[in-house]
Amino acid sequence: MMEQATTSSRYILEVAGMTKHFNVGGSFGKSRKVVQAVSDVSFRIREGTTLGIVGESGCGKSTTARLIMGLIGMDCGDLLFNDRAIGRSAREMKAFRRQVQMVFQDSSASLNPRMTIEASIMFGPMVHGEDRAEARRNAHHLLERVGLDPARFAGRYPHELSGGQRQRVNIARALALKPKVVIFDESVSALDKSVEAQVLNLLIDLKREMNLTYIFISHDLNVVRYISDHVMVMYLGKVVEHGPSEALFANPAHPYTRALLASMPSLDPEKRTLSAPIAGDPPSPIDPPQACRFHPRCALARPSCLAINPALFDAGPEHVAACHRSDPKSPYWTEGEAQ
Amino acid sequence: MSAFTAREPLLSVRDLTVGFKTDRGPITALDRISFDLGRGEVLGLIGESGSGKSVTMRALLRILPQKRTTISGSILMEGRDVLALKRRELASYRGNDVAMIFQEPSLAFDPVFTVGRQIAETVVRHKQCSWDAAYARALEMLELVRIPSAKSRLDNYPHEMSGGMRQRAMIALALACSPKLLLADEPTTALDATVQIQVILLLRELQKELGMATIFVTHDVGVAAEISDRVAVMYAGRIVEMGSAADVLKSPAHPYARGLLSSTIHGAMAGERVEAIPGMPPDLANMPSGCAFSPRCAMAMPECRNVIPAPASVGAGRSAACIRVGSVAA
Ligand SMILES: Nc1ncnc2c1ncn2[C@@H]1O[C@H](COP(=O)(O)OP(=O)(O)OP(=O)(O)O)[C@@H](O)[C@H]1O
Ligand SMILES: Nc1ncnc2c1ncn2[C@@H]1O[C@H](COP(=O)(O)OP(=O)(O)OP(=O)(O)O)[C@@H](O)[C@H]1O
Ligand code: SF4
Ligand SMILES: [Mg+2]
Ligand SMILES: [Mg+2]
Repeated sequence: MMEQATTSSRYILEVAGMTKHFNVGGSFGKSRKVVQAVSDVSFRIREGTTLGIVGESGCGKSTTARLIMGLIGMDCGDLLFNDRAIGRSAREMKAFRRQVQMVFQDSSASLNPRMTIEASIMFGPMVHGEDRAEARRNAHHLLERVGLDPARFAGRYPHELSGGQRQRVNIARALALKPKVVIFDESVSALDKSVEAQVLNLLIDLKREMNLTYIFISHDLNVVRYISDHVMVMYLGKVVEHGPSEALFANPAHPYTRALLASMPSLDPEKRTLSAPIAGDPPSPIDPPQACRFHPRCALARPSCLAINPALFDAGPEHVAACHRSDPKSPYWTEGEAQ
Repeated sequence: MSAFTAREPLLSVRDLTVGFKTDRGPITALDRISFDLGRGEVLGLIGESGSGKSVTMRALLRILPQKRTTISGSILMEGRDVLALKRRELASYRGNDVAMIFQEPSLAFDPVFTVGRQIAETVVRHKQCSWDAAYARALEMLELVRIPSAKSRLDNYPHEMSGGMRQRAMIALALACSPKLLLADEPTTALDATVQIQVILLLRELQKELGMATIFVTHDVGVAAEISDRVAVMYAGRIVEMGSAADVLKSPAHPYARGLLSSTIHGAMAGERVEAIPGMPPDLANMPSGCAFSPRCAMAMPECRNVIPAPASVGAGRSAACIRVGSVAA
């Protein structure tokens, strides 16, 4: 398979202790509330690999992406790119931004309706100082790469394209700046299955050709498993598990990951799911549960889970999870078992 | 496993055709759709965006905009001609015979009234009972869909409920008048994985408990596998394959259905290349001649462009609309 060569490559991006809380409410005499969108998130990605991020709606996936992109500021935490801390200076930020690009879910909202797709793709590089002829040459090359014949498509406007075609334009636009890292936030979720498959094949080819590093956010666990080398599972703003894709899907270490994987619909009508792995909805990230945020829905929870925040433990090579009751070395491992 | 009996089907649809006048000219959104649905049976309707799944549901509920729509063919519900129903009869048909749930509960609920009141109101309207009895029924329904502390939830406004709970409340609203047929249009698509499976299992249980027939629209093959007795695959306004869920999803016969299944990413695929269908679904205002899938089909022959293939039997209880199926071993 494709990953062997990359498992020992260096880390291109490192995030440490990243935290972002949003203040909401506070008007009309209501008390101010804090959304703990991202809490103390740390991870690192090796160059040339794909990190998948999964977790339920509101768990902080997009906020994590926007923090890395610098679209919003962190409350605290560090971001390292190629072993260098990304500070707050405008010049450093501009250089970094060029190297990290993002493709969003909504393919139409991110394209200017008044610009031809060629102009949209040329815009970024020209802002960064590329001359027009060079930018056009690159744009045509990229359109070809993403499967849109420049002779037919370069002069079209976004509304003249299908959703799948627009998403290809967005990918070309992100790649036009020759980034090192591309973040895909639900970028294929709105596409039909047959078109999604085309775009995934394209992403895998481009990654190999350009030695790109991907962060791939999706709620489709099958797609994440398919495309990722490593997977990070978030729950209510925290990382609950992170590990090599195959190991995590084969041996999930955290009770939430197990429930999430067991909730995937069976593709075989003769082997249907018999009972729901967990009940209830995820709680709100406003006033999230204390200590282990998963405890109210967790079948294994014990008093210590409500009192002590579980730290990440080693669940295998490059594989960590945060759960007292799944860590044989935890002092709380067998708590309550005797009764 | 389906409740197929020797009796007449609950619903019988023949050559249902729906056309729209659009700015870009007339389109045929549904082209001669035919199927039967037995009492208590679940039909899964799958297919890509724009293939006509929602239009099928809206035609069955008779909620298509009258002015710009042309409908032909027939829909018989217990032998009654649904397309001929007058206003009065329609009001009783919707609710008592057929009810619909959507992807977005906001389409079903009014934000300014409590959930309990809205369910009770539907019951009063259709069953002509007292408000007390209607509220009792509303409570019973919220309990039926397993909403915790149902009694206090009666007084919630829709926005005071979580996404999963609102979806359950919408199911309660749809089932309050015990319809014989439930139309479910992607009711779990917007939900998180752990909540989606809860709602699917709930629908499956209720459907069995109440003996209610269901048409379940989804673009997710896994969801269709979890809930359907039979599956129909749509492409560009036509049903291209229909049969038992196991037959269609495990050994699809039509080239489009095969392509759809092989481009659906599943667990065992990591590292392999996905077999994607080339090209895009057709533009309904500019349909290819003959088989609508022919421009994308690896098996296409010149004849495929000449005639629109009619659904033909390809095994027990199974049909496909492709002139090459049968001539080529699956
Ligand atoms: N600008 C903001 N102001 C206030 N709250 C915010 C803001 N942005 C995000 N949030 C909240 O932070 C939490 C995390 O949001 P985020 O968009 O990161 O979730 P997500 O994991 O991407 O979810 P989804 O799968 O629905 O896209 C949510 O509760 C969200 O409502
Ligand atoms: N009221 C209308 N007027 C004109 N065209 C319409 C109308 N309703 C639907 N259509 C068209 O009919 C076709 C079928 O639409 P439909 O909503 O049934 O698709 P679908 O299979 O439900 O797709 P999706 O998976 O995106 O929900 C589409 O091309 C759509 O644009
Ligand atoms: S720490 Fe406790 S509550 Fe949290 S997942 Fe583990 S067992 Fe469950
Ligand atoms: Mg998001
Ligand atoms: Mg639809």
